[in-house]
Amino acid sequence: MSTAFSAAKFSTQPFSTISHDSPLVFAKPTSQFFGSTRKLRLTSSSKFNLSRRSGTVVAVSDYVKQKTSKSTTSLLITKEEGLELYEDMVFGRAFEDMCAQMYYRGKMFGFVHLYNGQEAVSTGFIKLLKQQDSVVSTYRDHVHALSKGVPARAVMSELFGKTTGCCRGQGGSMHMFSREHNLLGGFAFIGEGIPIATGAAFTSKYKREVLKEADCDHVTLAFFGDGTCNNGQFFECLNMAALWKLPIVFVVENNLWAIGMSHSRATSDPQIYKKGPAFGMPGIHVDGMDVLKVREVAKEAIGRARRGEGPTLVECETYRFRGHSLADPDELRDPAEKDHYAARDPIRALKKYLIENSLASEAELKAIDKKIDEVVEDAVEFADESPIPARSQLLENVFADPRGFGIGPDGRYRCEDPKFTEGTARV
Amino acid sequence: MLAISRQRILGQSFQKIRPAVPGLRSYSSAAKQITVREALNSALDEEMSADPKVFLMGEEVGEYQGAYKITKGLLEKYGPERVLDTPITEAGFTGIGVGAAYYGLKPVVEFMTFNFSMQAIDHIINSAAKSNYMSAGQISVPIVFRGPNGAAAGVGAQHSQCYAAWYASCPGLKVLSPYNSEDARGLLKAAIRDPDPVVFLENELLYGESYPVSDEVLDSSFCLPIGKAKIEREGKDVTITAFSKMVGYALKAAEILEKDGIYAEVINLRSIRPLDRSTINASVRKTNRLITVEEGFPQHGVGAEICASVVEESFAYLDAPVERIAGADVPMPYAANLERMAVPQVEDIVRAAKRACYRSVPLAATA
Repeated sequence: MSTAFSAAKFSTQPFSTISHDSPLVFAKPTSQFFGSTRKLRLTSSSKFNLSRRSGTVVAVSDYVKQKTSKSTTSLLITKEEGLELYEDMVFGRAFEDMCAQMYYRGKMFGFVHLYNGQEAVSTGFIKLLKQQDSVVSTYRDHVHALSKGVPARAVMSELFGKTTGCCRGQGGSMHMFSREHNLLGGFAFIGEGIPIATGAAFTSKYKREVLKEADCDHVTLAFFGDGTCNNGQFFECLNMAALWKLPIVFVVENNLWAIGMSHSRATSDPQIYKKGPAFGMPGIHVDGMDVLKVREVAKEAIGRARRGEGPTLVECETYRFRGHSLADPDELRDPAEKDHYAARDPIRALKKYLIENSLASEAELKAIDKKIDEVVEDAVEFADESPIPARSQLLENVFADPRGFGIGPDGRYRCEDPKFTEGTARV
Repeated sequence: MLAISRQRILGQSFQKIRPAVPGLRSYSSAAKQITVREALNSALDEEMSADPKVFLMGEEVGEYQGAYKITKGLLEKYGPERVLDTPITEAGFTGIGVGAAYYGLKPVVEFMTFNFSMQAIDHIINSAAKSNYMSAGQISVPIVFRGPNGAAAGVGAQHSQCYAAWYASCPGLKVLSPYNSEDARGLLKAAIRDPDPVVFLENELLYGESYPVSDEVLDSSFCLPIGKAKIEREGKDVTITAFSKMVGYALKAAEILEKDGIYAEVINLRSIRPLDRSTINASVRKTNRLITVEEGFPQHGVGAEICASVVEESFAYLDAPVERIAGADVPMPYAANLERMAVPQVEDIVRAAKRACYRSVPLAATA
């Protein structure tokens, strides 16, 4: 199956496949953690340069095909996994469709960016994570939140601006945060989430190496789009993540369009996965409309990070069925291109796979559809009935510190000390 | 509102600031003298040893011992996992610091000067300052951004801007600016312990200055409150507010004014955000006149905020119009004489105080 962007205007190139048994190996840094530059210079070797030049570009669809054809008896997923994936994707789709309805009815407002068509990426990656792993997203974050486990009620209430939302209505569509599920937003500026994700990965490594929490192997996923790959922060973080071998996976959701700017018009070299090896990490391209292929790649990339082998750049070729946001008239995209990708709808593809491989019956899948519809309707009802934030909530949560006077020598907040008076500073 | 000095400067006052004799009433015998650089270094050292979650990040903080030697010796003591030399990627490493702070680590991010923080200002404001609010209290960001701020000597326009007003206008940030060694130690320790993002504005020209410190200041649990100003010198005729290097100038001006019978009250703001409005207003209600001094650009500056606050809250107490002294409304020039004119000098403060007291001519007797 071709991985070419058939509707886009650039040509494909043959990919070089490498044996998956010998992934990219760097010159070993002498320190386990962040070696100083002095040490790195000493260990540079021609082996390092050679392995970089030979490229780690892999057409994973080809690799996955090879794998499945070798093992004809075992499928890529079990029945439970298949149903879980199906349910998660249908959940994302149904939720986003409901968001569109609610927006046009005036219940939701501002900027709303929907994820229809890209569900395979979110489901394929996030369903492999543990609760303590983190996800950092962009403004197109509703489905990342749902996949990570934030309840539909909390997300819908947040979108309605009600106080029962996951951020008490203070964040909104573009700023979904959940400490409990380790979802770190929700950032409106593109590229902003990438350094944050790199910092979260840094924390995981710091906790293991400096704070000696030996079992801390938390992985961070950073989701961002094709437009972000031209932004300076992306390159800065590829460099630092590879330099310090951080447990992070950079997931590019390449849907070919940044609002109305086509990827090929904005990028000198449109093949984003090639930018990984330039910084010393593997760059993988995968068909993002096929959740099983995404899942296979994700397993490898997340496994790499968990084992401490460093970051990976994964480019998922995907497509958004709706416009950039609900305010986008979406006039610039070619209808033939949209039809091409609509035919590759990830939910339909998975359904076909499950039924053809006798993993699930039509009736079971319909039952899931119905269940999801009920969950989404319940979320809307809950959000509708929830109260709007009280007036007093306006000034809350600016600081974690209740009065802004800082912490005293005894480790408690100064404002809690009854002897702390108004007036000039007395030490 | 600018006062541009056209008279000859007082000796080398631009290069060296003599610590004036402040009101040392709150400490016991000021036996030991330490430089601001030593104060900052010891504060970082103590906080890093007390809490393993504190780590430093910045350009040249490790092997170079700090671009201004503030982090000297820390790499040897704590190792490269906790003192990180970063590539030249302000936006990248500031974002990494914020991401680490989201997870409960306590980064201290150094900007070589705060001018470079403009490359990272998106992370300081959008991901650090606003996160606690956007997440409704779920994610607090215990990070410190520190570095030299304001004009140095002859470094030109792109290295000389003062960022106090910009950062202090943003809710969700705490902005601190120390003057002497006691301030430097106490405020930096408070900033590192604080659960919120703190912008810590130092001054390059003050790093080498020595100030007396008491034993209490040298104790490792010492820290100062945030949001509280300090009255460096008490007076009854005019209130002069200042922060960072300008406190030294204001104290010198106060000494000169005293000879003319004007007793100025000098307030060291210490904390630009939250601003200690109650101290400032209490002082103005006592003296009835206000001069604000700052080094930065005049429009929308710190002085503008203080003047507005005083006019709003203590209007009935004012006997003279409030006056702001700020840097010249130009990018910092390079030529030495132009640079001197672009930054407030002691005489500017003296003249403004006299204007506020309606005394252009020094009187022999006290008022």
